[in-house]
Amino acid sequence: MTTATATAPKGLEAGAPRRSLASKIVDRIGSGAVQVIMVLLGLFWLVPTLGLLVVSMRTNQVNSAEGWWTIFTKPAELTIQNYANLLGSGFTASFWNTVLITVPTTVLVIGIAAMAAYAFAWMDFPGRDTSFLIVVGLLIVPIQIALIPVASLYGGAGIFGSIPGVVLFHVAFGLPFAIFLLRNFFVGIPSSLLEAARMDGASEWKIFASVVFPLGKPAIASLGIFQFLWVWNDMLIALVFADTGNQPMTKYLQSQMRQFGSNVDILSSGAFMSLIIPLVLFFAFQRYFVQGMMSGSVK
Amino acid sequence: MTERLDGRQDSPAAEAAGEPPTGPADTPRKRTRLGPSPTVAIFFLLPAALLLGIWVIYPIVFSIFRSLFDSVGTGFVGLGNYATIFSDAGMLTTIRNNLIWVVVAPIIVTTLGLIFAVLTERIRWATAFKLIVFMPMAVSLMAAGVIFRLVYEENPDKGLANAILTTVHDTFSSSQGYPEARPREGDQSQVAAQDGGVVTKQPAQAGRPVLIPIVGVKPDVMPSNAQAAQAPAGDGLSGTVWFDFTPGGGGQSGAIDGTEKGLPGMTVEAVQNGQVAATATTAENGSFRFDGLAPGSYVVRLPQSNFEASYGGLTWLGPALITPAIIGAFVWVWAGFAMVLIAAGLAAIPRDALEAARIDGATEWQVFRKITVPLLSPVLLVVFVTMIINTLKVFDLVFIIAPSSVQPQANVVALEMWRVSFGGGGNQGLGSALAIFLLILVLPFMIMNIRRFRREDT
Repeated sequence: MTTATATAPKGLEAGAPRRSLASKIVDRIGSGAVQVIMVLLGLFWLVPTLGLLVVSMRTNQVNSAEGWWTIFTKPAELTIQNYANLLGSGFTASFWNTVLITVPTTVLVIGIAAMAAYAFAWMDFPGRDTSFLIVVGLLIVPIQIALIPVASLYGGAGIFGSIPGVVLFHVAFGLPFAIFLLRNFFVGIPSSLLEAARMDGASEWKIFASVVFPLGKPAIASLGIFQFLWVWNDMLIALVFADTGNQPMTKYLQSQMRQFGSNVDILSSGAFMSLIIPLVLFFAFQRYFVQGMMSGSVK
Repeated sequence: MTERLDGRQDSPAAEAAGEPPTGPADTPRKRTRLGPSPTVAIFFLLPAALLLGIWVIYPIVFSIFRSLFDSVGTGFVGLGNYATIFSDAGMLTTIRNNLIWVVVAPIIVTTLGLIFAVLTERIRWATAFKLIVFMPMAVSLMAAGVIFRLVYEENPDKGLANAILTTVHDTFSSSQGYPEARPREGDQSQVAAQDGGVVTKQPAQAGRPVLIPIVGVKPDVMPSNAQAAQAPAGDGLSGTVWFDFTPGGGGQSGAIDGTEKGLPGMTVEAVQNGQVAATATTAENGSFRFDGLAPGSYVVRLPQSNFEASYGGLTWLGPALITPAIIGAFVWVWAGFAMVLIAAGLAAIPRDALEAARIDGATEWQVFRKITVPLLSPVLLVVFVTMIINTLKVFDLVFIIAPSSVQPQANVVALEMWRVSFGGGGNQGLGSALAIFLLILVLPFMIMNIRRFRREDT
C-alpha cells in the first residue's frame, strides 16, 4: 500500500510516450525555475530562525548597531554570553517550571485518555455513541471559555497560581483530542486478540494494560509528542493560571517583551532555549508527529 | 499507518473524503461480544468524565450565565455585554481585525500549502524542504513572535524585512538620497537652490563642464563607493556634482580640490523650455554626461528627489500594517501543516488518472485544474476549516508581535477576552460574553466535525 505511491511517479514517467526534444527542453527550463523558487522559499522559512540564533549569540551593543547578517563578515562577534547570563536569571526557574508542567500533563493525558478510549472502543454501555460525539464536539472548544470559570473554581480551592492547577487545566483540554485519536486507533485492534483474552477470563484492566496499551504504542507516541509540544509551547493558560513563582518560560519571556529593544539578549537566547527541545523532538519523531497531525487535523 | 515527511504515506485523503478507514473490516459496534458490565466502563471513563465535566462543560454553562452579569458579577445586565461587543469602537476594530484574519489567512495558507505540495513533487530534496517548512509547527508561537519582532524591526540595518525591501528598491531605483544637502551658493557659484532642487543659473554650454558644489552632506549618507571628484573629459554637455568640503580644512570653495569626493547616484536632468530633455546619473567620481543630446542651450537641474531621505522600507509594526504583518508570521507557522496534509492527499491520487489526461493532450495546468484540485478538495477543505478555527483563536502571535502601543489596532477577540478579564480590564462579565462569542463562532465547525465523524464512522 505504501510502496506503490512512493515509486509511482518515476515508473510512470518511464512509461510515458516519447516526447519531442522541444518539450524536454521546456521541461528542463521549467524544472530549473522550480528549483530556484523552492530554494528561495526554503530560505524564506529557514532564515528567520537562523536570524534569531545569530541575534542570541551577539551582545546587545552589537545587535543595536547592525543587522545579524553582518555576522558573515564578522564571525568573531559570536559569543555565548547571553546564554551564560540566562543561567543566573529567572529564566532557569521558568525552564524547570515548564518541565514540571509539561511532563506530568503528558503522562496524565495519555493514561486517562487511553482508559476512556478503550472504553469507547471496546465496551458497551448506554449512551456510548452520544457521549463520544460530545467528545468530538469538544475538540475545538476555545480555551477562553474556561478561563474565568476555572479561575474562580481555583480561587475557591486555593490552587490558583499553582503548578497542579495549570497541569489539570492542560489535561482537561488535552483529553478530547487524546480520546479521539486513541479511540480511533484502538478500534482497529483485531477483535480476536481481545476476545481471546476475555475468554481466558482476564480482567478488563489486565486486557487494557497488557494488550491494548502495548498495541496502541504508535498512536500513543503521536499523542505524547503532540501533547508535550502543546503544553511546552502554551502561553495563554500560563498567563492566567501560573503565578510568578510557577511561571513557565513562555510567561517569563512574555514579561520581558515590554522593553523589547533593551531585552533582546534575554528574549532571543531565551526563545531559542525554549525551542531547542521541541525541535529535537520534532526531528527525532517527525513520523509520529505527522501521523498524529493527520489523524487529528480537526483541532 | 505510517505517514511521514519523506513521502511514504498512506492516504488521509481517502479518510477525509468520507471513505471508511481501511482498518479491520469489522467495527466493534456491529457485533455482539463478550463485554464487561457498564460498571466497569464507568471505572474506565470516570477520570476523563470528571475532568471534562469540571474543566470544560461546567465552564461553558457558567460562562453563559456570567456573560449576562456586570463586571463584578452581581448586577444583571441581560445582553448588555453583547451589545458592548457590537457598539464599542475599540471592539469594532477588534471584530474587523478578526474578519480580516478569517478571510485572508486561511486562503493564503491553503493556497501556499497546495503550491508547496505540488512543487515538492518536482524536486529531489523534497524531504529537506518539507522539514524546513514544517519546522515552525514545533516552535512555540511565543518564540515565533520574537523571531518576527526581529524580522519586522523598522531600521533596515536591523530588520530583515526592510533590509530586503530597501535592497530590492535600491536595485531598481538608482537615486541615492542626500537629505539636508544643499548647493554652495554665492556670486561665484554657477548654481542656486530652487524648489527643493538645484539648477544652474545660466544655461550650460556643451564642452564647458558644469560644476555643482554641494555642502551639508551628512557623513552617514555619504556612499562608501564615492571617489575623488573629477571633471568629465570629452565633448557634450557634462559636469560634476561633488561634496565641496575638504576634511580637515583648506580647499577652495566652488572648485574641485584633490581630496574632495564626488556624489554618486545623483539624478541630473537637462531642461529646455521647462521640459526634461535628458536624464543622467552621476558616477562614483560625481561626473555626469548627457549623451546624444541635441545641440542647444539647457539648464542643468538636480531634482528634489536627490535631497529626500532614501527609501527606508515599511513600518511593519505601525498601526496600518500590523495585522498583515502578523498574518505573515501566522502563514510562516502554518504553511507546513497545510503542505504536509495536502502532499499526503496528492500522494493518494491515482497516477493513472493524471497520466491518462496527459496522454490525451491535456496541459499540466489543465491536469492540475480539472483533475488534481477536484480530487484534493476534501483535504483542501479540512486544511481550510482548520485554519479558520485557528485564526478565530489567534492570540499569542498578536500579543507578542504587536508592540503595546499598537495593540489596540492589532486586537483580536481572543486577545481582547484575555485583556478584558485578566490583563487589567477587570470586567469578567464582558470577558465571558467575548468567550461565548468565540464559542458561537466555532460552533458551525463543531457541528461540521460531528457530522463528518458520524458519516465516516458508520
